[in-house]
Amino acid sequence: MFDTFLLESVINGILLGGVLALLALGLNLIFGVIDVVWICYAELVMIGMYAIWWLHVYYGVPLPGAIVSAVMVVALMGVLLHRLVIEPVLGKPPINQLLVTGGVLFFLQAAATLAFGIEFRNLGLRMPVVEFGDMFFSFARLLAFGTALAGVLLLWLFLTRSYLGTAIRAISQDREIMPLMGVDPRRIYLITSAIGGGMAGVAASLLVLQYDVHPAIGLSFGPITFMICVMGGLGNMLGGFLAAFVFAQFISVGGYFFQIEWGYVIAFAFFIAMMFIRPKGLFSR
Amino acid sequence: MSAAPMLEVRGVSAGYGTFRALFDVSLEVRAGEAVAVIGPNGAGKTTLLRVISKIIAPTAGDVVMEGTPLGPVPAHRVVELGIAHVPEHRRLFPRLTVEENLRMGAFHPAARAKFRERLDFVYELFPRMKERRNQAAGTMSGGEQQMCAIGRALMSGPKLLLMDEPSAGLAPVIVQQVFNLVKRIRAEGYTVLIVEQNIQQVLQVVDRAYLLEVGTIKQSGSSAELLASPEIRRAYLGL
Repeated sequence: MFDTFLLESVINGILLGGVLALLALGLNLIFGVIDVVWICYAELVMIGMYAIWWLHVYYGVPLPGAIVSAVMVVALMGVLLHRLVIEPVLGKPPINQLLVTGGVLFFLQAAATLAFGIEFRNLGLRMPVVEFGDMFFSFARLLAFGTALAGVLLLWLFLTRSYLGTAIRAISQDREIMPLMGVDPRRIYLITSAIGGGMAGVAASLLVLQYDVHPAIGLSFGPITFMICVMGGLGNMLGGFLAAFVFAQFISVGGYFFQIEWGYVIAFAFFIAMMFIRPKGLFSR
Repeated sequence: MSAAPMLEVRGVSAGYGTFRALFDVSLEVRAGEAVAVIGPNGAGKTTLLRVISKIIAPTAGDVVMEGTPLGPVPAHRVVELGIAHVPEHRRLFPRLTVEENLRMGAFHPAARAKFRERLDFVYELFPRMKERRNQAAGTMSGGEQQMCAIGRALMSGPKLLLMDEPSAGLAPVIVQQVFNLVKRIRAEGYTVLIVEQNIQQVLQVVDRAYLLEVGTIKQSGSSAELLASPEIRRAYLGL
């Protein structure tokens, strides 16, 4: 017997997976290249969402302009984060790196609360619903999925085809000899941070179409993003990409069989089980 | 014919932390020459090359490349002056392909413009690299990795090639092949400064050599002179 609602859940899971994959990608890039975990990654996304909301609702900047500006703002924040916070603790024990970026998490949450208050804000957009057969999909999700895939593809092309992208992959394999190649490692780190921030900005623009923004919104998807990265093998971008779709299926299909909240419970239970079975990630070699 | 040397190392001292590896070392390499720095393990040979390409800064003295003192030059710009360094243990990027490793060698802007031309040159010099161009560099044999490392250095279009123990960790048959590679590099007109423990063989392919022991130059001369030197014969060649 064919179950339309199940198929709808599976497809919605795939759509959700695209957005999660994009979220995981920026974090994975930073970890894979700089060997530092941006605990405050989801808070960068939150700032990006506020930037779009603020520019669009307060200043009447058309949405595309607001989105491009927000992506640039978050990319710049990535650069500042690296320059001001990460650089002084590079080469220090990982716990120090976790603590400083954790400090930035609280700083950004508090700053957002002071600046925008604790109200839930949204763009007030009415996004259409796409009907296909007997199934219904939110247009925002389709758009998010398409953009996420395009973002992933562009990043992949950049990393494999350009000199700069090749250097970004090379530096994670041998940092010390990069100057012999004529590469300034510091510059590569700043560029990588800008790209990681930019990815957070793109994720923000996709999320703000679907969700209200508030100062603590980072907590609602930050932990999922970390778990996806860990499940795919921290720093393994392909692994993180695939893990995002696995995770999204648990949430979406799990939510279909039980209730929405149970989807997350099942996904987390799977994550914990996987940490015992494959502690280095689903796709570790 | 009294041209200034291509590379001059002037009174360089260097070390790591409180450990001093080099004491007031001076040497020179003229254009077109192949020069070796020989000596036992721990003599400071690798440190010397690292000072020249500025991976570490000297505590005293300076290095001059074609009249340009390297003191104020940032490490990543040394390669633009025509110095390419084939590091100890080859240090390829193991998960990048052979061709991506070669692309990294051509990273600086002037080299990018000549990427195709030089890639063809390297593939002609090492046809094996062309066969393996899409293979991850870390999966190749030691000898092939050495070819790739030399090729990567040539991609920057150097005048001077620094080679750090190219024969280290390779099987004896492969060692001979590596020294043949050095000969071919010379024949292509590159100036070479090579650091080796494999004294007997390296002296066959260079014009001159310096003997470095515990951070100081103990002896220097033509390859023939050093091969004939009683001390070197006794201490290093076991004759």
